[in-house]
Amino acid sequence: MTNHLLLLMLFAFFVSTVFAVLLRDQPRAQLRTGAMMFGGFVAAAFVLGWLMYPLPL
Amino acid sequence: MTTKSTAAERPRAAAERGTLVLLCLAAWAVPGAGHLWMGRRQKGLVFLLALPAMFLSGLLLHGRIFPFELSEPLVALAAVANVGAGAPWLLARMTESGSGVVTAWTYEYGNCFLIVAGLLNFLVVLDAFDIGMGRK
Repeated sequence: MTNHLLLLMLFAFFVSTVFAVLLRDQPRAQLRTGAMMFGGFVAAAFVLGWLMYPLPL
Repeated sequence: MTTKSTAAERPRAAAERGTLVLLCLAAWAVPGAGHLWMGRRQKGLVFLLALPAMFLSGLLLHGRIFPFELSEPLVALAAVANVGAGAPWLLARMTESGSGVVTAWTYEYGNCFLIVAGLLNFLVVLDAFDIGMGRK
């Protein structure tokens, strides 16, 4: 496996799955929370990645 | 198979302290076992699959299982986090896997997977404890 993004997504998948199942009782709510958390992880990684792009200045 | 866990289906709180200790030990040793014990099958199965898979991913990514070195506080903290994974951690220690390959570009990723798998299992144990106490 030689892809940083893929590893990031794998990590986000595991963490969002566990948190969603911990926080919600209903499968539909778990799916929704997990998907939102996963999307948040990936989106935040892209945003932070671009914010850090010019560094070091 | 119903996967809903409504209040009516929830088992009664474990009244005895010994049962709670056993519940927490089981939940730590086998991720998800506490939830399975308390009748939360769906949650237990997800934890049983996800957490060992995450730990295994960390090992495959050449992560390191940290030793208890009190002279290196961050290493000791990472070791505590690793212990949280339960049986997968024990197995990895017994088979001497998880020595880590520092030169591998996935080394830090592997460490992250191993540490977070342990920490997440601590949260799962706490959740099982709350269920056992009748708080959830």
